[in-house]
Amino acid sequence: MQANMTFATFLPAAPEILLAVGAMVALMIGAFRNEKSPSISAGLSMALVIAAGVLVWLIPAEGTPVFSDGFVLDPFARFMKTLIAIGSAAAILLSVDYMRFGRLNRFEYPVLIVLATTGMFVMVSANDLITLYLGLELQSLAAYVVASIQRDSARSTEAGLKYFVLGALASGMLLYGASLVYGFCGSVTYAGIADSVTTGGGSIGLIFGLVFLFAGIAFKISAVPFHMWTPDVYEGAPTPVTAFFASAPKVAAMGMLIRVAVEAFPAATAQWQQIIAFLAIASMALGAFAAIGQRNIKRLMAYSSIANMGYALVGLAAGSEAGVQGIVIYMAIYLAMTLGTFAFILSMRRGDTMVENIDDLAGLSRTNGTAAFFLAVMFFSLAGVPPLAGFFAKFYVFLAAIEAELYPLAVIGVLASVVGAFYYLRIVKIMYFDEPAAPFERMGGELKAVLGVAGLIVLLFFVYPAPLVEAAGAAAKSLF
Amino acid sequence: MTGWPILSVITFLPLLGALFIFAIRGDDETAVRNARFVALWTTVITFLLSLLIWIYFDPTTPDFQFVEKREWLGGSISYYLGVDGISMLFVILTTFLMPACVLASWKAIDVRVKEYMIAFLVLETLMIGVFTALDLVLFYLFFEGSLVPMFLIIGIWGHKRRVYAAFKFFLYTFTGSVLMLLAIMAMYWESGTTDIPTLLTYGFPAGMQTWLWIAFFASFAVKMPMWPVHTWLPDAHVEAPTAGSVILAAILLKMGGYGFLRFSLPMFPSASDMFAPFVFTLSVVAIIYTSLVALMQTDVKKLIAYSSVAHMGFVTMGVFTGTVQGVQGGIFQMLSHGIVSGALFLCVGVVYDRLHTREIAAYGGLVNRMPLYALAFMVFTMANVGLPGTTGFVGEFLTLLSAFEVNTWVAVFATTGVILSASYALWLYRRVIFGSLDKENLKSIKDLSTREIVILAPLVVLTILFGVYPMPILDVTAVSVDNLVTHYQAAVEQASSLAALAN
Repeated sequence: MQANMTFATFLPAAPEILLAVGAMVALMIGAFRNEKSPSISAGLSMALVIAAGVLVWLIPAEGTPVFSDGFVLDPFARFMKTLIAIGSAAAILLSVDYMRFGRLNRFEYPVLIVLATTGMFVMVSANDLITLYLGLELQSLAAYVVASIQRDSARSTEAGLKYFVLGALASGMLLYGASLVYGFCGSVTYAGIADSVTTGGGSIGLIFGLVFLFAGIAFKISAVPFHMWTPDVYEGAPTPVTAFFASAPKVAAMGMLIRVAVEAFPAATAQWQQIIAFLAIASMALGAFAAIGQRNIKRLMAYSSIANMGYALVGLAAGSEAGVQGIVIYMAIYLAMTLGTFAFILSMRRGDTMVENIDDLAGLSRTNGTAAFFLAVMFFSLAGVPPLAGFFAKFYVFLAAIEAELYPLAVIGVLASVVGAFYYLRIVKIMYFDEPAAPFERMGGELKAVLGVAGLIVLLFFVYPAPLVEAAGAAAKSLF
Repeated sequence: MTGWPILSVITFLPLLGALFIFAIRGDDETAVRNARFVALWTTVITFLLSLLIWIYFDPTTPDFQFVEKREWLGGSISYYLGVDGISMLFVILTTFLMPACVLASWKAIDVRVKEYMIAFLVLETLMIGVFTALDLVLFYLFFEGSLVPMFLIIGIWGHKRRVYAAFKFFLYTFTGSVLMLLAIMAMYWESGTTDIPTLLTYGFPAGMQTWLWIAFFASFAVKMPMWPVHTWLPDAHVEAPTAGSVILAAILLKMGGYGFLRFSLPMFPSASDMFAPFVFTLSVVAIIYTSLVALMQTDVKKLIAYSSVAHMGFVTMGVFTGTVQGVQGGIFQMLSHGIVSGALFLCVGVVYDRLHTREIAAYGGLVNRMPLYALAFMVFTMANVGLPGTTGFVGEFLTLLSAFEVNTWVAVFATTGVILSASYALWLYRRVIFGSLDKENLKSIKDLSTREIVILAPLVVLTILFGVYPMPILDVTAVSVDNLVTHYQAAVEQASSLAALAN
């Protein structure tokens, strides 16, 4: 464990370093140019995130831990980082239209997303509890700020404050859990913890620590019963920020959870499986039922993302390689569906006001047929109807659950998906069956692009699913 | 055999047509006309191509023919198509009825015609896919996928309570199917494959069979539909546009029966044997109860919908006897019902287009103004009743024969259904066609137009032809059915001898 600081030691962290340094540079440029328009900052930030995403593939991912075993770049981290980079870059792209109309006039916003991305990259590469916490906090702090970036709006500041207070509580729980784990294992590295649990067996104190640790992470992926912040923050935050929250951070937190569960506690699988199964059932059920009464589309998407995290957790509850492969596929498809849906929500504008009610979508199929078609594809896919991508996402996680013989979990899961289908279908009904309401303004070019690309991916995934399935398989393999 | 992937072509040709229509720009009269013609030509060409399957089909082997297999989802889940004697005729039935559906919608659908035709063509692809898929996951993909276009067809072009009906249709069938999906996954882990021909001979452990059977039953019983989960059907039928009802009755319901034949019976033989009395009970209840309900209907479409449930009761009864006559009869009954109930809904559509009401009381004495219509309607009514000389008779007779062999009481109760079906069908015919023509708006009603004759004439011919001479159908299915039944009987016998040993 000698700290031998050579070039090779830093190489696996090169994307993170690039992002951190780049964020500072972008911040300086923004501060010194003192411009009102954030377009340069946005362009630079997007370039940084994309460059980091590409860089991940240029450096070897051998999975040798560096920085005193605290950081690792393996195929799993590589895959998750790619998803995160796509999510963050798309989130910046989606905010361009919003900025154009002067609602988000701050150059700090894209830079904060870059910083959050740095944190997320660290999260999925974290190989000990300290690195995990560092990454998580960097991501969270940046997220608290972007939630309240519209400081003149009461809703936005409320969202930021709520997120911050609850998030701080969750971080506290996580830290408390981490310290318990350290206390009972004498190590913070995942490998050390795993050794200790295997040889010493899971003591009750360690299980306590595990529970607190998982509670803190469950907050980040907004799994029930730690989901309370989600609907309020989703609704209150500016819509591009909501789009960001719903995409990349969820992928990162899920990646972090998978790694800590699988790498640090393989010997305690039977224990954490119960926790995860409970979180999964509660999230799927609440996400399905609570969304039925929602009229605000951002709140609805909040409950939808809660339910989606529940389905993804079904894969982890299986605790197997197939399960991890399932979650990885799930998150990739979830990312496409979320970004596509939010690209459309961002275009729901009449004159100068953004509308957020699902009834405003009435008769969209006749006022904007193409957009309605793609949005319907998104919602059918979220409902898990074949042959759309969302079906395959659910297919792989439930496949793993059945392999692990978690039949009650699987049955509850699919029945919850029927309830979920009801409210997704209701949106399709509003778009296709109802009489048209006033049309929206024209969609911005980049929104069209995001919706179109995401729509085509979701629609045509079944034609050639092999690349994603194989990449996810390779990612999952590196953890076992 | 042909050298080219004929099944893939037939399956995806309608999708190509849908893309063509998608590419048509504008909403003016020409665009709409083009959309209709593209849809018509696509369905006609698909039908003609599908006849090649029948021509080249080798009825002497129970193996799957025209097989195509390609890598798909990785592992053993592949893109795998093929037909045998059981599935082949359903493909033809689907492609045969589609041009009729397009023609029936020619004038009836005048809003969002392009979307309508696209939905129908996509639906055709999915329906053909259900019958040609030889991989469970692929089958599920088509099976579930068909909900989406049908949901839109009912919801957009339906009648007054269309939203309710569309949701009920979707959620009912979706609930049943997701349980089947879990069963498919369990089968995958047990046997390591989702390849249907392999699974047909796999032999699942008896305890597992019970659960798998229940999960598959949940899906197919809703789709079929069997009493008591049939309640979505009358709503969906009543609210759907004419062509939607035709497809629902003629093809979508057959997916349930096909599922029983393809999966439940051969893959879970001991469970099927165990649950057979249960299925008989439900079938008999369906036959008697829904026939009685049909008697009381005031809405033409609802009446035919309930009669569909009763006729499907004969199918489930026949299939689960596990005898050659029963299975043959079940298949024949499904094909016959596909033609007859489809035709009956088309007949209702003819008068609905003129009067825009489905109330039986609004009609009467149509024979005076519409002799051709009365003739066609009579043929289909008689077939619905099961009159000898029509297709309806052959299926009902064979299934009753097999039921008699297995359980006399089942046959006794089911036969009362034949009498009841005669009562409601003939009474309907009397009220609509005969009587005096005293309603003002009926006095100027016109007889069948050329388009309508073109739609109905082939159906009349087939109803009588296959009623008098059913051999072409029975010959094609015979070997596959024999194989299925032999395999089933052997498995049941083996299971019971094992049980005897254990005692």
